[in-house]
Order: sequence, then structure tokens, then C-alpha cells
Amino acid sequence: MELLMASAIGVLTAGGLYLVLRLRSFPVILGVSLLSYAVNLFLFSSGRLMVNMPPVLTDDATGYTDPLPQALVLTAIVISFGMSAVVVMLALGAYLSSRTDAVDIDDPDPVPEAEPGAVE
Amino acid sequence: MTHWIIAPIILPAVLAAIIVMSMRHHVRLQRIFSIAGLSAVIAITAGLAVQASSGTIEVYDLGNWPAPFGIVLVLDRLSALMILLTAVLALVVTLYAAGTDWDRRGNHFHALMQFQVMGIMGAFLTGDIFNLFVFFEVLLIASYGLMIHAGGTRRLRAGLQYVVFNLLGSTLFLFALGTIYATTGTLNMADLAVRVAEIPDSDIALIRIGAVLLLTVFAIKAALLPLHFWLPETYAEAPAPVTALFAVMTKVGAYSILRVYTLIFGPDLHATADVVTPLLMGAALITIIIGMIGVVGTNRLGRLAAFSVIASMGTVFVAMSSFTPETTSATLYYILHSTLATALLFLTVDMVRERRQGSSDGYATLPAFHQQGLIAALFFAAAIAMVGMPPLSGFVGKLLILKAVWPLPGAAAIWAVILITSLLAIVGFAQGGSAVFWKTRPAEEGPSDENAPLETPPAPKQGLAFTAAFSLLAGIILLTVFAGPMMGYLNATSAQLYERQGYISAVLTGPDRIGGDKGDKGHEADAYGDTDGHGKAATDAPVAEKEH
Repeated sequence: MELLMASAIGVLTAGGLYLVLRLRSFPVILGVSLLSYAVNLFLFSSGRLMVNMPPVLTDDATGYTDPLPQALVLTAIVISFGMSAVVVMLALGAYLSSRTDAVDIDDPDPVPEAEPGAVE
Repeated sequence: MTHWIIAPIILPAVLAAIIVMSMRHHVRLQRIFSIAGLSAVIAITAGLAVQASSGTIEVYDLGNWPAPFGIVLVLDRLSALMILLTAVLALVVTLYAAGTDWDRRGNHFHALMQFQVMGIMGAFLTGDIFNLFVFFEVLLIASYGLMIHAGGTRRLRAGLQYVVFNLLGSTLFLFALGTIYATTGTLNMADLAVRVAEIPDSDIALIRIGAVLLLTVFAIKAALLPLHFWLPETYAEAPAPVTALFAVMTKVGAYSILRVYTLIFGPDLHATADVVTPLLMGAALITIIIGMIGVVGTNRLGRLAAFSVIASMGTVFVAMSSFTPETTSATLYYILHSTLATALLFLTVDMVRERRQGSSDGYATLPAFHQQGLIAALFFAAAIAMVGMPPLSGFVGKLLILKAVWPLPGAAAIWAVILITSLLAIVGFAQGGSAVFWKTRPAEEGPSDENAPLETPPAPKQGLAFTAAFSLLAGIILLTVFAGPMMGYLNATSAQLYERQGYISAVLTGPDRIGGDKGDKGHEADAYGDTDGHGKAATDAPVAEKEH
């Protein structure tokens, strides 16, 4: 289970990083989402992986799973959900008003030139 | 335990909701409520600052959960100083926005401003590092809204970059917190300070990774090189009152570094002592140099101001990175100064943009604009403060920093960098100021820019805007005149920062704690010790105590 978890986090992070480094807003947003999934799994596993353990310690329990990381993950999920919505709206606004979804701003004169076949 | 500590967070939060719900179409009402609310916040934070200046550390248990288990708010001299600074700056910015009608150019300016204040206050007050993350998100979400206030193609595109950069920063923050929690089993800052100090050798590598990841996150907020790329475009494109408020947002990063790397990963901690100072010092020196090169190389006033922010953050970190009480007091003085000076500079740049033909802040020769003399004087004052010339507080701040780093190794290099870049800054500001304010041509209609409106914008009187700008200038002058008493407070602040035991015992064994707490913890640790067989022997005791 540890191997599966660790490789899942690794693959998600790698994919997310690759996509974030793209120059178009859509892959960048996907990359940010992948990274946030990776970090949610990472946070979840920071309380150690346990199976079939209660989250609350009682007198007759043989062990327990750490409930705090789960609470942290919930917080992180809610925040990253909200942030994704914001960034999608913003990217859409930027695309609709400038007719290009390139992330970089290279010229001081805001007249974008669409690459052939890329936009529109 | 007084409840006033949470008031600077609650009041803006409630006010923001009220503004959104019940007066979304009444800008005048919004202004009244916003300004009244921020005035109340100033009164409260001033009261808290007076209370903290006696040296007591006030702890507020949220939900009345005792310290390592619940979230605490902690008020010490440093937090009190920063929340007072934030409140004052927010009021000035709101006055300016109301005076120039910036708040009418888009929706929800005042509500977002209140949320922004709430997030900044929370970040300065919290004593829990995950809660710090949450307040960072609150202030970031509000800042996304403010950044793209009033819209516009270029602003939206710059906003997208800003948001994506900060989302990556937040992700990194969570990775850092996960690493730290997995290693120590706690997220309360005072508790972390205890745990990290007694970390076993087998976990040192992990905690070092956590510490450096955290440093990276705060460096993004503080725009340290090479993590500054979001700043120039954002600051040049965001609405000017918002940028003036953002002057305190970079300081949130600086504050977090100061707090975390004095309290948790302190300068005498063997696990991380050899990483933080060299990393910060190197990055800070390059930050100053690049910032000042930007100041000289730019051809727009907005970018000039943005790059001077980068350079001033570099100066802050040069002083901060050695983490001694003397350098810390100098850092704090410079933080106060550069917040006010940056805000003043951005407000002045905005006044220029509002009045100049084509709303341009470029170094082109354009007709003279209304109130040019007054605005030129403001720009001159802001420039003197930013580059650190006498007689304003920038000079005092740089002098204090140079004096504080003198006994350190490598002082010669620091002196050389700060002094030479100050010269560059003088050149850059002189260039900008003379191009915009001196080289004007007669106001006959000359089509210099085909998509610009041909007539110069009409000149509103804008008394409120000038009040805001001049009160910032008054703040800078006060900071200069009362530099002596101020340094007394700041020396006490940094002494309190390096007296870590006071903070730790105030949070973990405050006067309100129940006496029988400790015994129970030991018992739970025993019970947990039997059950753990998954190779986490090094951390089980801390985790058990946390989970009690």
C-alpha cells in the first residue's frame, strides 16, 4: 500500500509539474489540479497509512488512525476546489477578452497574435 | 483571557458579509461602513498594541481548546505592530479608493478589501501553522478579486499569472506542512518549537526538507529572487490602491519567515541553522541587485515602483537573514518604513496615470497635467524615502541595517551591495521623475498615441485622495522623527522574539491552563506506545501527545 500511495503521489506531482510548465492556460489549470490531488494524498498519508482502525482512541482499542490529517485534507480540498473555480473563471475572462489563452505576456503592447491553428 | 484579540479578524469578516449582502449597489453606504469599520479596527489594534507593549504575550484559545490541541491566536509585540500597520494602511487605501472612485469601477471593492484585511490580520495573529495556511488562502482569494478589480485585458492576464503562481505556492505550503506534521506530529507553532528542538537524528533530513520548503513558500509571498516573477507584472497592472495594500502582503511573507525561523527553526537549532541564513542572505543580495537593475532599466513608472518593491524586500532580507536581535530590530524598522513608502509611491503613480494623457505612466514626453507640482512633490518624497536618502526614514532604516550587519562576516559585501544599489536607485528614480514631471511639452493637441483619448482627463479635486497620500507621508515623517522611541519598541520586540521560552510557555502553559493536563498526556503516550508497530518509532511519542 505504501508503494502504491507513494508512486501515485509521485506520478501526479510529475504530471502536474509538466502541465504547469505549459504555456496555455488550460493545461496549466489541469496541472494545478493534479498537483492539488497529489498534495491531498500526501497530506493524508502524513498521518501514516492504517487499515480498519478507529479514528478515536478508546480504552479497548488496539490502535487508531490519526484523524488530524483527514481534517487537514478536508480543509485543503475545500480550498483547492474554490481556488480551481476562481482560476477557471479568471482564465476564461482573460481568454475571452484577449482572444488568446497564452499564459505569458511578452509584449508591452497588448495586441496578441494568434498562432496559426492554435487559437480561434 | 480577553476576547479583543480576535476582534481584528471577526470585525472585517462580519462587515464584509454585511457589505456584500445588504448594500451591494450602494457604493456610498459601502464607503461609510468600510471606513468606519477600519477606523474601529485601528482603535482595537492600537489598544492591543498598547497592551502588548508591556511585554506580556496574550494567548486566545479558539473554541476554548487548550493549546497544542486547538488553534490559538497569539498577540506579542511583533503581531501587535504588524496588525496596527495593516489597519492604518487599509484605512488609507480605502480613503484613497473612495476619493478617486476606484471603488466604483468594479463590484465589491470594499467587501474584498475587508476580507483581505481579515486574512492579513489572521496571518499575523495565528499561533498555528496550518491556520497560517488557511489565512494565507483567505488573503490570497481576496487579493485575486482585488487584483482584477475593474477588469481589462492586460490586468486579467497578469491576474491569471498571479493566481497560478500563488496556487503553486499554496500547494508547496501543504507539502511542507505535511512533511513537518509527519515528522513532529504537531502543527502548533509553540509545540513545534519544543518538538523540533528535540528531534532525533534520524529525522533531521526530513525536518530540514520541511524547513526549506516552508522557506520557499514564504519567499514566494515575499518576492525573493528567484521567486519574484509574479511581482512586477502584478504590481504594475493591479489597481493602484490595491497595489498599495499589497505593500503589506509581501511583508506577510517576511513576517512569517521571521516568526517561523526565530521560533521553530531558531538560529541556534542544530538541525537547520546552517541552511537558512546562507540561502536567505544569498537570495537577498541578488534580489536587491536585480530589483535595482529593474529600477534603472524600466521605462514606466508602475514598473519602476514594482521593481523598487523587489529591491526593498531584498534589503529587508539582507538584514533579516542573520537572525540576531540587532539585525532584527533594524529589519522591523525597515519593514515599517518600506510598507509606508511603497504605498505612497504607488498612490502617486496612480495619480499620475489618472491625470496624464492616455492614462500613461510611460517615460514619454506628454503635456503637463493638472496638479502636476503637488504630485511631483509627492513623488519626490516617495522617491527619497524609497532610495534611502536623508532626511526621510529610508535613510534611517538603511543606516540601521548597515550598522547592524557591521559585526557580521561578509559585512563588506553587504555594505557594497546596499550602497551601490542605492546609487542605482537614485539614478533610476531621477530618470523616471525627470521624464514624467520635467520633460513636458505644451498642451496643444498632438496625436502621440492613436488609441489614447486626445484630451487630457478632466481634473477632479480629489481631496480625499490627497489626504490619504499625505497621511502616508506624515507616517513616514513621524517614523523618522520618532525613530528613537520606535527603535526602543523594536528592540524590545526582537528581544521578545529571541526569548523563545516566553512565547512557548505562554502558549503551552498559559495562566488559563488546567493544572492536571500534563499527567494525562503521559498516560496517553503509554497507551499509544504499545499499539505502534509500523516503523514510526521515532515519532510515536509526539503523535500520541498531539492526539490526546
